[in-house]
Amino acid sequence: MLNWISENQQYIYIVILMIFLGIEVIGRVPSVLHTPLMSGANAIHGVVIIGAIIVMGKAESNNYVALILGFLAVILGTLNVVGGFVVTNRMLEMFKGKKEKKH
Amino acid sequence: MLSELLTLIYILASVTFIIGLKMLSNPAKARNGNLIAAAGMTLAILGTIFLYKDEYGQRLHNYGWIFGGIIIGAVVGALAAKKVKMTAMPEMVSLFNGMGGACAMLISVVEFNHLSEVFYKPGWSEVPWKINGAIIGHLLTIYAGAFIGSVSFAGSIIAWGKLNGKVKDFSFKGQHIFNIVLLFVIIGLIIFLLFGLNPLNYKLFYLIPFLSLVYGVLFVFPIGGADMPVVISLLNSFTGVAAACGGFLYDNKVMLTGGILVGAAGTLLTILMCKAMNRSLKNVLIGNFGGSKTVAA
Repeated sequence: MLNWISENQQYIYIVILMIFLGIEVIGRVPSVLHTPLMSGANAIHGVVIIGAIIVMGKAESNNYVALILGFLAVILGTLNVVGGFVVTNRMLEMFKGKKEKKH
Repeated sequence: MLSELLTLIYILASVTFIIGLKMLSNPAKARNGNLIAAAGMTLAILGTIFLYKDEYGQRLHNYGWIFGGIIIGAVVGALAAKKVKMTAMPEMVSLFNGMGGACAMLISVVEFNHLSEVFYKPGWSEVPWKINGAIIGHLLTIYAGAFIGSVSFAGSIIAWGKLNGKVKDFSFKGQHIFNIVLLFVIIGLIIFLLFGLNPLNYKLFYLIPFLSLVYGVLFVFPIGGADMPVVISLLNSFTGVAAACGGFLYDNKVMLTGGILVGAAGTLLTILMCKAMNRSLKNVLIGNFGGSKTVAA
């Protein structure tokens, strides 16, 4: 166990620091921004697309199961990234429009 | 040289995610924050496609498939996101979140197939697989990715259906207990396959995503439509953790930082949303089994 911890200490440090950073970074978000922030975070975890690209790029060209599943994964991951960022942008556009009218 | 450049790109992308999230929580800067994170993501994706090398120094191949998938996903995603009505945006977020969860699930299934091909040779069925610490770690990330990704996928699809009125509230007597039992069965299966994986039982792996999908459906089904944003936020942080599992699997720091960051921020956001709605998370998740309980709690 101790051995495993010292072998993987880089990962453990990253995970711990990222947990605190994630909490700290959005700690003061006003409630109007809850939904856009959720949507933006949703687009960021679309980073899983990188895993899909690696799966797809490593698949042997006669392994059809891996090719088809990997292809689906790339499509779904891209949907998550592109759709996520575009929806967030539209939400914030609406937000900005409202604010300008008020002024 | 090229792979060092990719490392730099990944570091930059991780920083843009952090800055992006920070700016997204400030009304004046939110829009730029979104754009910065999107730019970092684009950089990371292009860098992976063109610069990635695996542990044997091999470049990626199947470029036709990769670009085909990205183009289809980008066109459909952008169109869907542009056309959706303002009022239907939360359900769209839920749908995209489900796609990310499904992506993590598929990655785990393909990686498990790959692993079982390496270990499984015909005629070896009597010889136990060599299980050591490194493989257990590898298996754990695959199982966790399959479990969390599937729950997030199924749950998000149900949440999407509930928000647009296609799925009605549904619960049966004892569902609460059934869910807990199902959760324990999945965890038990994961532990069993972690230490007792062999050529005779490796097909049991496919039960993990299957049961997790069932769990995801049953988990969201009884929760009322008004509480859906909270549930979507929770599932959002689940998908973040599933993405981080991929980061462990491929020793990929940008997936790890992005995933954990969203997992942590998403969990806090879920709690903040509950507070803003004057509800407790516990009430949202378990209080809704039967309307009377909610009142009592």
